[in-house]
Amino acid sequence: MELVCPAGSLPALKAAVDCGADAVYIGFKDDTNARHFAGLNFNDRKAQKALEYARTRGTKIFVAINTYPQPAGWQRWTQAVDNAAALGVDALIIADMGVLGYAADRHPDLALHLSVQGSATNAEALKFYQQQFGIRRAVLPRVLSLAQVKYVAEQSPVDLEVFGFGSLCIMAEGRCYLSSYVTDESPNTCGACSPAKDVRWSETPNGRESRLNNVLIDRYRAGENAGYPTLCKGRFVVGDNTYNALEEPTSLNTLQLIPPLSEIGIKAVKLEGRQRSPAYVEQVVRVWREALDTYASKPQGFAPRAEWLEALDRVSEGSQTTLGAYHRSWQ
Amino acid sequence: MKLSLGPILYYWPQQQVEQFYQQMLTAPVDIVYLGEAVCAKRQELRTADWLNLAAELCESGKQVVLSTLALIEARADISGLKKICDNAPCLVEANDMGAVNMLAERKLPFTTGPSVNVYNAYTLHTLYQQGLQRWVMPVELNAETLRAILQDAAAMGFADKIETEVFSYGKLPLAYSARCFIARAKNLPKDDCQLSCIEFPDGLMMETQEGRELFTLNGIQTQSGATYNLLGEWQMMREIGVDVMRISPQSQGTQRVAQRFADALARDQQPLTLVEALSEGEQCNGYWYGKPGKDVVIDGVV
Repeated sequence: MELVCPAGSLPALKAAVDCGADAVYIGFKDDTNARHFAGLNFNDRKAQKALEYARTRGTKIFVAINTYPQPAGWQRWTQAVDNAAALGVDALIIADMGVLGYAADRHPDLALHLSVQGSATNAEALKFYQQQFGIRRAVLPRVLSLAQVKYVAEQSPVDLEVFGFGSLCIMAEGRCYLSSYVTDESPNTCGACSPAKDVRWSETPNGRESRLNNVLIDRYRAGENAGYPTLCKGRFVVGDNTYNALEEPTSLNTLQLIPPLSEIGIKAVKLEGRQRSPAYVEQVVRVWREALDTYASKPQGFAPRAEWLEALDRVSEGSQTTLGAYHRSWQ
Repeated sequence: MKLSLGPILYYWPQQQVEQFYQQMLTAPVDIVYLGEAVCAKRQELRTADWLNLAAELCESGKQVVLSTLALIEARADISGLKKICDNAPCLVEANDMGAVNMLAERKLPFTTGPSVNVYNAYTLHTLYQQGLQRWVMPVELNAETLRAILQDAAAMGFADKIETEVFSYGKLPLAYSARCFIARAKNLPKDDCQLSCIEFPDGLMMETQEGRELFTLNGIQTQSGATYNLLGEWQMMREIGVDVMRISPQSQGTQRVAQRFADALARDQQPLTLVEALSEGEQCNGYWYGKPGKDVVIDGVV
């Protein structure tokens, strides 16, 4: 399986390339991509440098243009597509049908991947995107169990890429408006979830509180680990219970699923984390490269090594990892 | 302006569903959507029952549309969807691109629900070319975006070939998950959820630790805590080019909402404002004004 790695900056990209990424995905410095965070991403000059660095080392570059343009911003998205095409990148990762249509029309030779934000969870949907826009690959949302991934793979008209490691969306990507309900930004519209501009921390007699646009997301006792107030990971009250009503702050880690995913015919594994540091990228890519190489050289009896898992646990959100939806019990 | 009744998003006993639609036959709504749009495990009415109910309602003079699941993952979801596409006695509402594909392959006209991501006229045009007759705007979009989409569609020459519907009253469908939050609240695994949604005919409220109603849990769906209320916006909607306003069913008071609204429409009046609380609990309208969805905007002020 191909290893597709995140980079939010040139140093992170270099780390990914040096540690053995087969492809690195990046975004431009605006709301055309789903990690539209301050200080992150690539302008044209940086993207050119990224491409040169990757090319000379045999690594592919994908560009994510995977938010949903509204009429007022349409030209930014078409401009992003044209810029990426002019750079000569290896593929575009797109969610919106309008943008897919534009890219397919104007740049028919450029490989198109359906972004996870496109929210295609079944082969029927994939057929639509393949027939309409000629997509060559799709990234599956993190809502499918392993059996469901297998079912989609059996019918899929295109190559499939799945998430292997990183922060975990529990909602079907591209179908979650929780963030825009509470703030004015969502992944679909702005490439942001629970945006930092709306986060406030305060010390109160009840403990340390995190708020998002003034809505209380969580409250921590002294000594408790406080996490970023992503909406779906807060502690809320349902009935008489106060708990992580939607999701605990954990990370996805699927090292142990390398054999079944590979046997199913999954083409690529994606690591999440364009918003993370170069050190994070280096650590995670190194482990995954070694794991995939180990599996490739000797598939029989493959098991994740303890040192790999420890290395990944150290950088994981909440210092806990899970198989997520791939494992039915999580659902 | 036409009024529609969206699909019941909750899990009600079969008898309650049937009674509800009997009542709605006399309610002043023009279009009735029905069918399971949230969770395939809900089987009080099986696919065949929904098809039969749709066939019965078709004779009432109302336009009937069969709604389909928003999240299609398993083999059984696909076969259920096929059954609906092959046998529907009426239009089908696609809530996933898989359904769009199935309907387009069969050369059947279709509508799309609020979970199909249409954010611009180019996307709308793609769907129109495949047989789209009506679309429901994604709930997070605002009035000015809708206006621009319809202006673009007019410039592209197809705006008058389709109808536009806006989710105008009810708990907003905000997200879909692999996880079931009702099962989680009851400490049950999803595979053995005991169909617990049936205990919560209007979903289960999730509050912040300060007691603010934030979201409504409805199985794998997360809805707004507050009731979205755009009924007072109907004149602006008419001006923008909206054809249909959707009321999303609750277990109580749905007919009353429809009746009051229809009365006001008939008299060309400003019918229902947020200030007149129509149901218990909070109301909101922020999305329509380009604000956070939970916000309340009255006379241009948050």
